Amino acid sequence: MLEIKNLHVKLEEENKQILKGVNLTVEAGKVHAIMGPNGSGKSTLSYVLAGRGGYEVTDGSATLGGEDLLALEPEERAALGLFLAFQYPVEIPGVGNMTFLRTAVNAQRKARGEAELSAADFLKLVREKAKSLQIDAEMLKRPVNVGFSGGEKKRNEILQMAMLEPKMCILDETDSGLDVDAMKLVADGVNALRDKGRGFLVITHYQRLLDHIRPDVVHIMADGRIVKTGGPELALVVEQNGYADILAEVA
Amino acid sequence: MALPQPKLAATEARLAGLSLPQGGWAEPARRDALARLQAMGLPARRDEYWRFTRPDALNAPDAAEAAVLEADEAPIFGTLDRLCLVFVDGVFDAEASDDPALDGVQIDRLANARDTDLHWARDIYGVLEQRGQTPVARPFAALNTAFATDGMLIRVTRTPVRPIHLVYLHRDRGSDAILHHVVRVEAGASATIIESGPAAARFNKCVEIDLADTAKLHHIRAQGRDHERSAVTHMFTRLGSESVFKSFTLTMNGRLTRNEMVVELTGDDAIAHVAGACVGDGDFLHDDTVFVTHDAVGCESRQVFKKVLRNGATGVFQGKILVKAGAQKTDGYQISQSLLLDDDSQFLAKPELEIYADDVACSHGSTSGAIDETALFYLRARGVTRAEATDLLTLAFLAEAVDEIEDETLRSEIVSRLDAWLVRRRS
Repeated sequence: MLEIKNLHVKLEEENKQILKGVNLTVEAGKVHAIMGPNGSGKSTLSYVLAGRGGYEVTDGSATLGGEDLLALEPEERAALGLFLAFQYPVEIPGVGNMTFLRTAVNAQRKARGEAELSAADFLKLVREKAKSLQIDAEMLKRPVNVGFSGGEKKRNEILQMAMLEPKMCILDETDSGLDVDAMKLVADGVNALRDKGRGFLVITHYQRLLDHIRPDVVHIMADGRIVKTGGPELALVVEQNGYADILAEVA
Repeated sequence: MALPQPKLAATEARLAGLSLPQGGWAEPARRDALARLQAMGLPARRDEYWRFTRPDALNAPDAAEAAVLEADEAPIFGTLDRLCLVFVDGVFDAEASDDPALDGVQIDRLANARDTDLHWARDIYGVLEQRGQTPVARPFAALNTAFATDGMLIRVTRTPVRPIHLVYLHRDRGSDAILHHVVRVEAGASATIIESGPAAARFNKCVEIDLADTAKLHHIRAQGRDHERSAVTHMFTRLGSESVFKSFTLTMNGRLTRNEMVVELTGDDAIAHVAGACVGDGDFLHDDTVFVTHDAVGCESRQVFKKVLRNGATGVFQGKILVKAGAQKTDGYQISQSLLLDDDSQFLAKPELEIYADDVACSHGSTSGAIDETALFYLRARGVTRAEATDLLTLAFLAEAVDEIEDETLRSEIVSRLDAWLVRRRS
C-alpha cells in the first residue's frame, strides 16, 4: 500500500536534514505504529507524505498503491486515498464544518470521476458517522474546529476520516491532548475503520494509544531514520525503559 | 476664504457644463448647495480627505466612457418579490418600472415633484447633506444636491410588504448621471430598500435618510460590475431615538468607487450598522469613507468593511467614530480588513476615534493579510483543490461583513454573486 524508500528530506529554508533515509512499507489491512523521541522526524514524515510545503525531498521515494506520491499536489494525494489526521487540526473561521465536509467529500469524488453526493444522502451519512463519535448537530454547524476542545478537534479529524474512507490513514499524535475517555472514543472510531483494504500509520510518543489501537508492527524512529522494527511488544519496552536503551543498542 | 487657483479652475470647469434645475420647492436648496460647493471647491489631491483616492475622474467636466457589461448572469435580486423602480443612465423609466403604488409608502419622482408641495421632502432635501458637510467638506454631495436631475422621494408611513428596489441600468457608454433620493421613515414604520446596478459611466448619487423615532430601515446595495465605471455616492442618515439603520454594500469591479456614509445618531438608544464587502481585480479602486457621529445616549454603531484585492487593486478605508460630549453609554465598533491575494495589491486605511464622553465603549481594528497557508493546506489535504480552497477561505474572510445582512434570502443572493465572481477568476 504505502511504500517509502530511502527518503531524505531537508527544510526548504535552511540547510537542515530532517529525514535521513526512511524505509517503511505499510501493507493493506495492517496497522503500523511509529514511536520515537521528540525531534526524531515523525511529524515531518507525515507532513511530507501529505504534501505540506516547506520541505525538500533530496533523495528517495514514496508511493501509494504504486503511484508516486511526491509528484502530486496535496489534494491529488487525498483523492488517491491518503489521509493525515493532524496533530494540530486547523481552525477555519467562517467555514462551517458541514460545508467543509461536503466540499471535501465531493471534491474527492469528483477527482475520482464519481458522482457528487446529494445533499440528502450526504446529511444522512454525516449524521450516522457523527453519532458514533458523539459529535452533535451543534458541532457540525460551527466553523471548522473553532472553539472546539482538544478532544472535539480530534474526534472531528476521525469524522473526516470516516467520511472520506481513505485507503491509507496517517494519524499524527492523535492522542496528544486527550484524556483517557476521549482517547478511547477516538480509538474506537479508528478501530471501526480497520479493514483489510486499508492501511494505518499511527505516530505516537506513548504506548497508551496502542493499548486501544493494537498495531501489527511497531517502528522506532530516531534522528531521521527507522532504527528498530518489531511487534507490539516493542511498544511495551519503550513504555517501561524509555528510548535510551533502544537508542544505545542501535548506536 | 478664496479658493486656491487650481481648485477654483477645476470647480468652474465642472460647473460650466451643468445647469441648475429651475423652479419648485427644491430650488432654494439647490442654490444653497451650489453656494456651498463654490465656497469649498471640488476636492484636490492634497486634501487630507482625498489622500488615498484621486478625485480627477470625478472632477473632470466630462465623464470618461465606460463599456457596458454584457449580462452574463441573471439580474441580481431578480427573483425577489419587490417593487422595482428603474433608472436608465440616470433617468427614471416608468415603463420599465412597477406601479409605485404600495401600501404604507408614498413614492414621488423628484423630477415631477417640483410643483407638488411635499413639505416632508423639502424639510430633508439638502438639509441632511448640509449637516454632513461639517466637520469635513463633501463637495460631490453639494454638487449632487444642486444639480441632481432625477431621483425618488420615498416616505414610509407603515411597513410595506415588499422591498423597494432601485434598479440602475447602464446603456450609454458615455452617460453621466446625478441622482438624489430622499427617504423618510415615520415612527414605528419599517422598510427595506435595495439598490443595484452601475447606473452610468459616471455616477454621482446622494441619498438623504431621515429615520423618525422607532423607525427601521434596511438597505442593501450591489454596485454594478461594469469594469470601467466610476461612482461617488453619499448616504446621509439621521437617526431618531430607538430607530434602526442597517446597510450593506457589495462592490465588484468598477474602476473607481467612493462610497461615503455619514451617520448621525441624534436620538437615544438608536442602532446603526454599516457594512460592506468588496472584491477588486486589476484596475480597481474602492474607497469606503464613513463618518459616524454619536450625539445621544445609549446608541450603538458598527462598521464592518472587508475587501478582497488582487492584481494591483487598491482598497481604501477612512472610518471615523465621533462621540460628542454627553453621548454616554455609546457602544461603537469599527473593523476594516483586507485580504491581499498578491503582492501588487494594496489597502490604505485610516481608522479614527474622537471621543468627548467618558462612559463609552469604542473599539476599532484594521488588518491586511494574505490567505492563511496553514488553513489552505488543511483544506487541500482533505482533497479540496487549491482554487476551491482559496475561494472558500476568501468567502470565509468576507463572511463577517456579509453576515451583517439579516435577511437570509438577500444574504444568500450576495454570497452567490461573490462565489460566481471568484469562480470567474479561477485560473
